[in-house]
Formats: sequence, C-alpha cells, structure tokens
Amino acid sequence: MSTVAFAVIAILTLAAALAAATLQKLMHAALSFAVMFVGISAFFFLLGAEFVGLVQIFVYIGAVAVLIVFTILLTRDDTGKVRSFNWGGVIVAIAVFVGLVWAIAKTKSLPLTPSQIEPITVQRIGELLMTNYVWPLQCVGVLLTAALIGALILVMEEKS
Amino acid sequence: MTLPILLVISSGLFCIGLLAALSRRHAIFILIGIEMMLAAANLNFIAFWRFGPQPAQPTGMMVAIFAIAIAAAEAAVGLAMVIVVYRHFRSTNVDQLDRLKG
Repeated sequence: MSTVAFAVIAILTLAAALAAATLQKLMHAALSFAVMFVGISAFFFLLGAEFVGLVQIFVYIGAVAVLIVFTILLTRDDTGKVRSFNWGGVIVAIAVFVGLVWAIAKTKSLPLTPSQIEPITVQRIGELLMTNYVWPLQCVGVLLTAALIGALILVMEEKS
Repeated sequence: MTLPILLVISSGLFCIGLLAALSRRHAIFILIGIEMMLAAANLNFIAFWRFGPQPAQPTGMMVAIFAIAIAAAEAAVGLAMVIVVYRHFRSTNVDQLDRLKG
C-alpha cells in the first residue's frame, strides 16, 4: 500500500516538475508547479511530517502559486515569442544529476531503517517554536516583514 | 520507501529546477526553478530527519518550516522585481536585460 502510494507520488511529482520546467505556456507551467507541490506535500505526509506538509500546501499553493499566476497575468509578454532554449543548461543539469546519483550510490552508510516514533504533534512544534527556536522565529518574522515591505516599495508606482 | 530512493527523487527534483533556472529565458521560469530546488532541499531535510538516528527530535522539520518561510519571502521579492522589470523594459526575457553589460 505504502509502496504503491510512494511510487505514484514520485512519478506524479517528477512528471509535474518536468512539465513545469519545459512547458512553453507560462500558465500551464504555473499550474504544473502547483501540482508538483501537492506531490511534495504528499511525500511529507508519507514521511510523518504532517504539519510541514500542511504548511507547504498553505504557503506554496495558497500563496506562491497564486502570486506567480498574478505575475504572469500582469506581465503579458507579446514580444517574447522567441523559443530560445539553452541546451547548455540541460547538459549541466544532467551532469549534476549523474554526479549526485553516483554519490548516493557510492555512500555505504545510508541504509537506515525508520524507527517507530510517536507522531510529532502541532502542540510540540508550537512549544519548540516558543522555546528552543524562538530566536530563529523572530528573525524569520523580521525577514518576512522586511521582504514584504520591500516588495511593496518595489512595485509602487512612482509619482512623477 | 528507503532513504536512497528518496534522495534520488529529491536530486531529480533539484536537477529539474536547475534545468528550469539555467535554460529558460523567462524570469518567472527562473523563479519557478529556484522554488523547485528549495523544495528538493526541504524534502532532503525531512527524509534525513525521518531516517536519521534521532527522529524524536524534530530538528529537520523545524529547518524545513523556516526554509519554507524564507522561500516565500524570496518569491515575493522576486516576483515584485519581475513586475518592475516588465514595467521598465516591457519584457520579461532575461536576455534583453543587458544594460549593465560591459
């Protein structure tokens, strides 16, 4: 059951990622991007990180994918119908993939089995965020505020 | 479902993101590729947390949560930059943005 689900999710995720990277129409690519994040969230659910999977769905499909779709609609590019595709990038990507797979296959200490754990509850995560991880949490809050204010200032119309 | 298979899947995702970031000439595609690479890194964090020696400590989960937050900030700023560049140049093709070229 879990193996079949794993294989289906893996194929779905990789196919959606490939579609998002290679489709010519931007809108189709953005929707494949959302499908890819559904697949990654499913991986997180399978691995027992339900909270991270939910956060991924909220943040990426709820916010980032919608933001990308809005940007595509705001920047309709009629002049750029050039189908330029850089084959050097394909070669680099394949070389990196082969190198990574070679490194993974060479490593001997990897076959660990997942031990049975009690599920990490949201309460536990909240307590950790408020105790051990309170400084990273504050820093991320400041970073998000600064980034969103910066984005707003960037796109504000200049009054001339 | 073993750790090496997960690592191969996440390196595949990373390389597809690298392909999108390197070979597409559209700025939004480059951002999509970067987001894909970050997602592959998150998958690695979760996989190593689950299969690691101490899965009772959710350190990998915490790193993944913070990485998601930072990726969201990066996407917001990146897409704002795409909109500003489009306003100035009427194009989102990164090959045409060569004003600083020597």
